[in-house]
Amino acid sequence: MLEFAQETKAQLVRWMIHLRREPFNIAFNLLNPVILLIFMGGAFQGLAQGSVGGDYRTYLLPGILALTAFGNSMAGGIPLLFDKENGSLLRLMSTPISRASILVGRFLAVNINTTLQCVIILGLGFIFGVRIAAGLGGVLALLVIGLLLGFGVTVISLILAFVLKNHGDFFAIIGISALPATFLSSAFVPLDSLPLWMRLIAWVNPMTYMIDAMRSLILSGWDLPLLVRMAIVLLVFDGAMFWLGGRVLRRHLA
Amino acid sequence: MSDTVVRIENLRKQYGPITALDDISLEVERGTIFGLLGPNGAGKTTAVKILTTLVRPDAGKVEVAGTDILKDPDRVRSLIGYVPQELTVDPYLTVEEHLRYYADLYHLSAAVREPRIREALGLVGLAGQEDRRARYLSGGTKKKLDLACGLIHRPPLILLDEPSLGLDVHVRRDVWNYVLRLKEQGTTVFLCTNYMDEAERLCDEVAIIDHGKIAVAGAPAALRSQLKKDVISVEIAGFNEHEREKLATLEKAVSQLAIVQATTKDGARLKIDVESNEIALPQILERTASLSIPIRTITYSRPGLDEVFLHFTGRPLAEEKEKDA
Ligand SMILES: Nc1ncnc2c1ncn2[C@@H]1O[C@H](COP(=O)(O)OP(=O)(O)OP(=O)(O)O)[C@@H](O)[C@H]1O
Ligand SMILES: [Mg+2]
Repeated sequence: MLEFAQETKAQLVRWMIHLRREPFNIAFNLLNPVILLIFMGGAFQGLAQGSVGGDYRTYLLPGILALTAFGNSMAGGIPLLFDKENGSLLRLMSTPISRASILVGRFLAVNINTTLQCVIILGLGFIFGVRIAAGLGGVLALLVIGLLLGFGVTVISLILAFVLKNHGDFFAIIGISALPATFLSSAFVPLDSLPLWMRLIAWVNPMTYMIDAMRSLILSGWDLPLLVRMAIVLLVFDGAMFWLGGRVLRRHLA
Repeated sequence: MSDTVVRIENLRKQYGPITALDDISLEVERGTIFGLLGPNGAGKTTAVKILTTLVRPDAGKVEVAGTDILKDPDRVRSLIGYVPQELTVDPYLTVEEHLRYYADLYHLSAAVREPRIREALGLVGLAGQEDRRARYLSGGTKKKLDLACGLIHRPPLILLDEPSLGLDVHVRRDVWNYVLRLKEQGTTVFLCTNYMDEAERLCDEVAIIDHGKIAVAGAPAALRSQLKKDVISVEIAGFNEHEREKLATLEKAVSQLAIVQATTKDGARLKIDVESNEIALPQILERTASLSIPIRTITYSRPGLDEVFLHFTGRPLAEEKEKDA
């Protein structure tokens, strides 16, 4: 157990050094969310007034947080794929470490990074006048909800890192997954205003529940039934991904 | 524990239609430098990856220090240091951060970690460069860092896959010195290479591998003498008609010796192919003395490992390298 902690810490430290010395990686993932928050929030203010009521930026913030958490988690496996491609993963596997430490180390790093990015988005939102109705506790809750989504998506990304053969495919999947995941939810417009087929997809999309819960924290405060519903959906999603990840990755990391 | 650090018996590995290793058997003694010598695609890296538990063999038995690689891979991993063929340094980390990283992966305690890091840095000549990021190191220095990372836990066996590939002569010499120092410390070294001079210079034992098969194995000197192809070259003093006659006389005389295989005249020189110069030299000197032939120089040469490779595989090694490159 002590050895597991030591080897996982070593790998986590390595990823944290990457984060510190390559801030561009954060900037890259934040590019879309920040554009959405600043420009779309401003541009569609008048247009959205009727359907969402109130400040459109405040309305958008949950979707942008979800997009941030989703994008960063989805990209989380990329460094492992690079390690696989350049041989350092094999070298790592020649050391007497538990295979799980590779996944745990990366998982922790990705989710620390996600939290950091969500803090940045919340800070930007604050600068642009977004206030959180549920207060400071609500801010914490928003970060936890971001992580609840991030956990399961990170596992998907780790699976992709080991299943895919090259990073080109990986980038393509990341590129085409983020938009539908957020658009086919209540991220940008109320569910009622979506056509039926989109509403059906949004209905099974965990992001919808996550965004609804976040929106209530931001707009109106603590809505316990909504939060419980969200927690159940996201925990089921996470559990399913952990189960799948365990099955697939055990084979790939033998 | 026996004195055999690596024992491979009837090892096979197939990649689809390609037979990477075809019934390989070999042993490496504790404290020696063993070289697996062969051209590109011969199967060297495959053998190392099996020894490092990274690739599963199809058949055969492989033991590291008495531990079966399939039965207890984790123990094998703690007994070895592995430096792969390609560079694996992380551009974002500093030299010292690399060594810390590996120290933790090998579960060194905080107390031994710092002295070990100093020791490893000293061994590859990187002391004073602790805080430089790998991104800004030259290729040769990156390789040295890679090598240092492989010995932080003082493994009894270290596996080096083509450690001097693509390095300039100075860095190559540093790498060779590093390998020899490992041996001085009692570490067993398993080295893959396709450089003859590297194998000759470093290895106590070499196995020549070609198309997944071991063509021949033994000490470099023994392999060379197995060829029974030493060449003795006798140069007559002065050079005129009279001496030329003497050269012919000498040729006739030495040709009668049972040990001599062939002779050729080359200006003032007579080249004599023999099985072994140790036995032939005294006999030839005796002939020249009894015939009173004045000698200016007498030299002999042994075949290099490249000739050994050609002899046992029927193909030159260097040509093969260019074809694949
Ligand atoms: N993962 C793999 N899948 C398919 N074929 C492979 C794989 N790894 C190696 N091979 C093949 O097995 C053979 C032996 O390869 P190996 O890498 O062991 O050679 P090598 O002696 O290390 O060569 P080099 O000097 O080029 O490094 C080659 O024909 C190679 O193409
Ligand atoms: Mg190789």
